[in-house]
Amino acid sequence: MGLKLYNYGLSGNCYKVRLLLGFLKLDYEIVPVDFYPGLEHKQPDFLDINPLGQLPILEDGRVRLRDSQAILSYIAKKYDPSASWLPDRDATKFSQIMMWLAFAGNNLVAAAADRLVDSSATFSAPEIDKGRQALTILDDQLAERSMMGHSWIVGETPTIADIACFPDAALSNYVGIDHEAFPHLRNWMRDFRRLPNFLTMPGIPEFA
Amino acid sequence: MTVTSDMTTLRQWYPVAYPNQIRPESTYDTTLLDQRIRLSRDDHSQITAHRLADDNSEMATIPIVQRFDTLFSTLGDSPRPLPQIAEFSEDDRRIIHCGSFRVRTSPCRIVENFLDMAHFCFVHTDVLGSIDRPEVLSYKTEYHPETDEIWAVDCQFFQPTASKSAAASGQGLMAHYSYRILSPFSVMLYKSAMNFAGRFDAICLFIQPLSETDCLCYMPMAILDNVSTKTDIIDFQQSIFVQDGIILENQRPKLMPLTPRSETPTRADLSSIAYRRWLKSSGVRFGLQSVEGS
Ligand SMILES: N[C@@H](CCC(=O)N[C@@H](CS)C(=O)NCC(=O)O)C(=O)O
Ligand SMILES: [Fe+2]
Repeated sequence: MGLKLYNYGLSGNCYKVRLLLGFLKLDYEIVPVDFYPGLEHKQPDFLDINPLGQLPILEDGRVRLRDSQAILSYIAKKYDPSASWLPDRDATKFSQIMMWLAFAGNNLVAAAADRLVDSSATFSAPEIDKGRQALTILDDQLAERSMMGHSWIVGETPTIADIACFPDAALSNYVGIDHEAFPHLRNWMRDFRRLPNFLTMPGIPEFA
Repeated sequence: MTVTSDMTTLRQWYPVAYPNQIRPESTYDTTLLDQRIRLSRDDHSQITAHRLADDNSEMATIPIVQRFDTLFSTLGDSPRPLPQIAEFSEDDRRIIHCGSFRVRTSPCRIVENFLDMAHFCFVHTDVLGSIDRPEVLSYKTEYHPETDEIWAVDCQFFQPTASKSAAASGQGLMAHYSYRILSPFSVMLYKSAMNFAGRFDAICLFIQPLSETDCLCYMPMAILDNVSTKTDIIDFQQSIFVQDGIILENQRPKLMPLTPRSETPTRADLSSIAYRRWLKSSGVRFGLQSVEGS
């Protein structure tokens, strides 16, 4: 009985989970979901697993979780003994990470809402202006961090806040948002790609 | 935008939806060659299509036919017939479609990328191509007058993971290909099928141009594979397609020039040259840069 990820290859939220599992070199089983065009996540069988009809879902024995941010927190807390991906002793750091997880799950979504699929699918339309606004906020944060000599969103080493923000930030380029205007974001994405055991997903080239 | 006056482009069938997108309870609006159209399903489950006026009222009907598990329509009179693709009626084939993917560029560029073997190792690294074996071996292009199609035959390329069913073997193989240009904006390939010696998977790419630089791509396939799940096959194709999408959306200009893409054409360019020449001789202007002084 190990970790089981209900997955769709083109989903940025599933990719977040694959990234952390990869960084921690954890073994896990993938349950492929025919998200598009099959819309399997809206069928009764899947709705029993997640009534919201969304991916990803992580199962670990009897634990079943939805929401990529919650899943990242669970995996980090349970399977990263060094607690470097989710430093939880320092109240400030911990809650700043929570703050950026919420940002990734709400505001940043507009930057990449996957335009890959045609209008009849369930992906929401990207809201380019809102997306740009969110990227500006992230770029400002990274600018401030880099003035203090740090490359990551919170703390001195990468955390699940970086993982949660990476997919939509990177996919936004594909969606048509030019990254010229976000120099700090670009540096951060370059550093992120160089982390050991970094994985790509379709839509996010290995080098940029 | 006004509908194109390019008669060759008008006289083609285009994919406009998959049958399951047209539901009895609501209409389905989309765009074909800058013309907004509406598809609906009547009480007898018949699908009809209309042009839409600016105020969204339904105007003249346009024809709808279903082939390759896909709905096709046309805005022109006496359109060029849809192609015959025998593989879609073979009993042991799995007919699978991967949805329709939006790509914001000219349909010509999408066809050309599909024909191009040289991009495999750079765009689909470790899947359809390997950086250490980038060579495009020699192949032939042919014109088939009876069907007015261009073919590229005897193509070969070394592929680390040629298909979902080839992934299991864990080693690369020399994949054999043929390409068929079926119409200005549709193309297909035949690719040697793993575990079915001498037979080929048939993978189509039919393009619905919404406008000259914005397309929906439909990819019905007739596959020989009795090991992989449908979800895995779709995942494999979609991943490849998204990798192409990034490259395609970054090509400039978005309209394709008719001049050869490089001054010293390589082997890989042979099929692209044949395609461009054929577009020109067929009188296609849609999706192409206009040629000064001609
Ligand atoms: N907050 C959730 C959002 C999950 C989500 O939107 N997943 C997409 C796939 S990337 C989905 O399943 N969409 C289908 C739907 O929302 O109906 C998370 O971060 O996991
Ligand atoms: Fe490709």
